[in-house]
Amino acid sequence: MAEKVKFDLVSPERLLASVEATEVQIPGVEGDMTAMADHAPLITTLRPGIVRVIGGDGAGEYIVTGGFAEINATGVSILAERAVPRADITQEDYDTMIKTANAAIKKAEETFVNEPGPVDDAVKLLADMVALGDEIGLSASFSA
Amino acid sequence: MPNLKDLKNRIDSVKSTRKITKAMQMVAAAKLRRAQESAEMARPYTERFNAVMGRLSAAVGDSESAPKLLSGTGAQETYLLIVMTAERGLCGGFNANIAKLARQEATELLAKGKTVKILTVGKKGRDAMRRDYGKYFVHHVDLSDVKYVGYGDAQSVAAEVLDRFDAGEFDVAKLFYSRFENVVTQHPTSKQIIPADFDAPEGDDGGSFYDYEPDEQAILADLLPRGVATAVFSALLENGASEQGARMSAMDNATRNAGEMIDKLTIEYNRSRQAVITNELIEIISGAEAL
Repeated sequence: MAEKVKFDLVSPERLLASVEATEVQIPGVEGDMTAMADHAPLITTLRPGIVRVIGGDGAGEYIVTGGFAEINATGVSILAERAVPRADITQEDYDTMIKTANAAIKKAEETFVNEPGPVDDAVKLLADMVALGDEIGLSASFSA
Repeated sequence: MPNLKDLKNRIDSVKSTRKITKAMQMVAAAKLRRAQESAEMARPYTERFNAVMGRLSAAVGDSESAPKLLSGTGAQETYLLIVMTAERGLCGGFNANIAKLARQEATELLAKGKTVKILTVGKKGRDAMRRDYGKYFVHHVDLSDVKYVGYGDAQSVAAEVLDRFDAGEFDVAKLFYSRFENVVTQHPTSKQIIPADFDAPEGDDGGSFYDYEPDEQAILADLLPRGVATAVFSALLENGASEQGARMSAMDNATRNAGEMIDKLTIEYNRSRQAVITNELIEIISGAEAL
């Protein structure tokens, strides 16, 4: 039996999960990663994606939209801006997420006219959202 | 001596006032429980967030490339005071205390020759500040349609503040709100949010052992704006609990006062009724004696 890590998922409004797990898959901003026991201490920001908790009594999947994860040898804490259990997400939630991302692009384009950096970031955010939608079987409408 | 009918009317009116204050007290008690719960549920996030930010800001330190939200603009000329109060009154000194603290701060800053800008959240604080400081108002956030504050509300306040910061409208931002201690005690508090000031976690052992992905600077740049939202959110929640606590004790006092008043008025009513009876008797008896 593999060693367990303590997994905490916290959103600003409440503590969503605090369970033991054998591994946690995290959508890091520079790539997905899996955290298991005795992982080196690491802090990474998240991109919109799915957090998978595997093994233990708290196995499950959560949709997160940005935030960060703190990993150390004994535990993983994810502080997500927004986190929803995968089963609970609706097309409506997803539409709101897409809308916010679109608004962010527009705003970045207006604010940083000659700097592509922030605009690219916002575009990437939307792309991540769309990829997330494909993965969970929701479609992105661009009527926003 | 007031006549009996007037007294009776007054007693009735105080009685119905007592009913209202009693009902308000019970509503506030129920809302307080809810507000306290949501404040408690939000606490883990704020604590962890601040712990990580404390470590991060210690790691980046005062290096020149540190983001402006952390190190400041280098000047301390223009202050933005974010005054957060309730949308409703009838909650004791709650709104007045916050406004008083903000006024003191504003007066001090103005005396030092700084520029002051005021952003109000909540109608009551706006009304309280308007007379003396109305000309410094820059914006007002209306939350009167919001029943239970969510993170989204905090985000919109934070976005408003950050936009102004990016536009170089101010150097330092301070939040004014009331910290909830218990039902009878709420402390009006001011907290600086820009430049951010995170307490390093106590007994911090391995801060420098952490790897960062992307690097510290990028993470900080990403997280600092969220830090503002988090600070605003926790202030909103503390305020929510404080407001209900203050209203509950204010209404409890009002109910008790109404009770005392009813007792006093009832005694007066009985006395004057007795006086009327005695008078009538005297008249009858002296009438009978005169015959």
